[in-house]
Amino acid sequence: MSTSFWVNGVQQTVDVDPSKPLLWVIREQLALTGTKFGCGIAQCGACTVHIEGEAIRSCVTPISAIEGKQVTTIEGLRSESGDLHPLQQAWIDHQVPQCGYCQSGQLMSASALLASNPSPSDSDIDSAMQGNICRCGMYGRIRSAIKSVDSVAIASQADEKLFYDGAEVNHV
Amino acid sequence: MSKLTRRAFITTGIVAGGGLVVGVALRPGNQVKDLAAKLGDEGANLVHAYVKIDSDNVITAVIPHAEMGQGAQTALGQMLAEELDADWDQVKLEEAPAIGEYAMYAAGRRYLLAGIDFPNLVIPTVDGMMMRVADTLNMQITGGSMSVRTTGTLVMRTAGAATRQMLQQAAADAWDVPVAEVLTEKSHLIHGATNRREPYAAFATEVAAMTPSYTPTFKDAADYKIVGTHKPRHDIPAKVDGSVKFAMDIQLPNMVYASVVRSPVPGGSLVEIDDSAARSIDGVIDVIVIPATTVNNMLGDTLSSESVAVVADSYWSANKAIKELKLQWSEVGFESVSSDGIFAQFNSDISAGTERQADHVQGESSSAFSSAAKVIDADYHVPFLAHTCMEPLNATADVRDGRCEVWIGCQNPLGFRRDIAATLGMDPENVTLHNQSMGGGFGRKARPDWALQVAYLAKEVGRPVQLIWSREEDVRQDFYRPAVQSRFRAAFDEQDNLLAWENTYTNKNEPIEAPLIPYAIPAQDIGYVSSPVHIPFGAWRSVDHSQHGFFTESFIDEVANAAGKDAFEFRADLLKDSPRHLAILTRVAEEAQWSRPLPEGRGRGISLQESFGSLVAQVVEVTVTEGDVSVDRVVAVIDPGIAVAPDGIAAQLESGIIYGLTAALYGEITIENGAVVQSNFHDYQAVRMNEAPTIETHVINSGYDIGGAGEPGTPGIAPALVNAVFNATGTRVRQLPLNRFDLNAQVEETGVVG
Repeated sequence: MSTSFWVNGVQQTVDVDPSKPLLWVIREQLALTGTKFGCGIAQCGACTVHIEGEAIRSCVTPISAIEGKQVTTIEGLRSESGDLHPLQQAWIDHQVPQCGYCQSGQLMSASALLASNPSPSDSDIDSAMQGNICRCGMYGRIRSAIKSVDSVAIASQADEKLFYDGAEVNHV
Repeated sequence: MSKLTRRAFITTGIVAGGGLVVGVALRPGNQVKDLAAKLGDEGANLVHAYVKIDSDNVITAVIPHAEMGQGAQTALGQMLAEELDADWDQVKLEEAPAIGEYAMYAAGRRYLLAGIDFPNLVIPTVDGMMMRVADTLNMQITGGSMSVRTTGTLVMRTAGAATRQMLQQAAADAWDVPVAEVLTEKSHLIHGATNRREPYAAFATEVAAMTPSYTPTFKDAADYKIVGTHKPRHDIPAKVDGSVKFAMDIQLPNMVYASVVRSPVPGGSLVEIDDSAARSIDGVIDVIVIPATTVNNMLGDTLSSESVAVVADSYWSANKAIKELKLQWSEVGFESVSSDGIFAQFNSDISAGTERQADHVQGESSSAFSSAAKVIDADYHVPFLAHTCMEPLNATADVRDGRCEVWIGCQNPLGFRRDIAATLGMDPENVTLHNQSMGGGFGRKARPDWALQVAYLAKEVGRPVQLIWSREEDVRQDFYRPAVQSRFRAAFDEQDNLLAWENTYTNKNEPIEAPLIPYAIPAQDIGYVSSPVHIPFGAWRSVDHSQHGFFTESFIDEVANAAGKDAFEFRADLLKDSPRHLAILTRVAEEAQWSRPLPEGRGRGISLQESFGSLVAQVVEVTVTEGDVSVDRVVAVIDPGIAVAPDGIAAQLESGIIYGLTAALYGEITIENGAVVQSNFHDYQAVRMNEAPTIETHVINSGYDIGGAGEPGTPGIAPALVNAVFNATGTRVRQLPLNRFDLNAQVEETGVVG
């Protein structure tokens, strides 16, 4: 069965088992390997992507559930001009990643948080980020990096991300 | 020559006819020509085995260690660049290929020939010999917190300084000036009197033909510009945009995917298989039985027991089909073993003391106990632990035309290559291993079992195969941090002075000094009994320190309490003659404001642990509310001798603490019916953002030999935590993990028996 949806602004149509999780479609069919497999049961957050701007676990999301939806992966987090998302720059400035395997998911959770809440409190950060395990234990740096991001910059970047709105797809 | 001992002569085999014959044949000489040929395109611009200089004057440091997030590659690059006087902004890093020339000869000189002070005259010969030994043993291990302290100190600095010397010589020859007048700065050669300034690249060809020194002159630490300063890690930018390539991210034309399963009881083999349901799943290509293999390496035997793989056009299909296999595994005799049974066995083996081996004995402990005014005793336990790297085990392989190519993230590329070759019946020269970034390692990725599986599958399928372990397989087929019991007794005189420390634990591994204590206690008897179990052993971040740090630093707290002393003051009193230990303990107490009172329900605990050449002291603050423990704050101080990459060390300390905290709060692999019970992050939990304490790190540059960074942060968190819980509640926790311990129900003082 074929399913159509947008990934990072590009329309994609795939012909796969409708129950196949989005994670494996992104990785195997679309060759976007930045989104990671960690547990397969929505416990670790390594597979986090945005659907319509909201952070979800792609390892348990069947492809049939995203027909017509907008998906953003780590590869689509940069601005359209190719600049790093302010969080990606903050991740570098704070030297956040160690092994880096969880960081795509961490960044997708954090960017979804800031898009809806540009100045999150510690408890906002706790609730938005507790679904993402980091076995290297870089939670303190993740928290500092999130807090360091200029909320004005985030608000203006969110405006640029027009492809969350299906009517204004940029790259198709 | 007075420093050269007879042992060194024998070891290096350079005594002939009563005189000294320096083993010229063993000296490494100029390796560039042979290496460059072996490296193909990758060997262009090689001027030293570990240094490339390209025409734009960009310098590439070749790093013989793997990256798993510990940041060692950047730190090693800093050490080479420092001695080379390179322009750090124009330095690239490249992981050395898995070939014998990049085996870890320095580890050989440092550990196999430990304690021998070689004169410079024979060092090239010793290093040449160790290169052969390391090559033969396929030593290319990243672990043991060794990268910086061993390879960095002995190899990278030597390569940088030797290359700089050759550059100076080449410039002096070309300019016809004395070599002593040729200075270096930021990848340039300078001769002030003749106003010359040329980039290193101008002399790369000449240097490539020269023979490097193995005993170059090193810089004075006071002149360091790169070492000891904060340099952003080179691997980080690719880790924020998804572009870093882990083994699972390799995609080859015509590639298929595989999932595997093994006997739940370790060592079982397949008796019966019904794969009809699995084969009927869409996309399934084949079901393949992978035979058992045993390989032997530096870490001991690794058994990769028989396994069944499903190969499909998608990993999702392969893993779905794995669950549909109906498998019957052979009985191996451990089917009734449980964790309770294992701990009962430990208890009786310790009590029996059969064939107890001593680690350390001093003074007269038995007479101290018989004449003691007071004796306390306690038994501690820790469970098995899995590693659960974020990246489940995976690898990609292509076996065709008598050659094998493997993409894998592992901690021992050269050893893995050898083991894969043995499994396939190939010459190692025909196996190319592309080591990828690891999504965590923690010791697990030094065991090659999954590499052997993927190589066999690729050979059978005749197409490139990507093998991915499910998280369930990753948790259940690990090589585990062992479960251990440790029994203590302490004897006091009538003034509550500590007279004797006695400790017997089960099953010794590495490092051998892990159960030893730094405290000046007159009589000590520390030893172990053997109590074999069928659960396979694996090195787990800090190895034996992970349990002994918890045991000894908890029991010393009990001892302090029994003596009616403050936990910090008591330790400090016993460290009067150990200034380095006392300094770090005092520092952590100051930073944490140890003596500042805490409100009701809160507690503070301290620990001190020396491991892998570094010292770490920690103070933990907790709040205990109705039996629930919240870890509020950790203050940690590390003395790594010299901090090569200060932020990298701080990051490792933070990381080691959270890794150890996960184990202390949640970590427990239980055994039922001979098999591991847990399977994924829901029942083998990890500390998450909302539970992570504030961690304050401090680094002491004491000037002692450079110590490790990857592991020393882990051992001290569990004891500091339980000591803080004791401080808050009066309840002593002697068994991890903490979440299995009912702090409401169990209020118990230290076990005073006499």
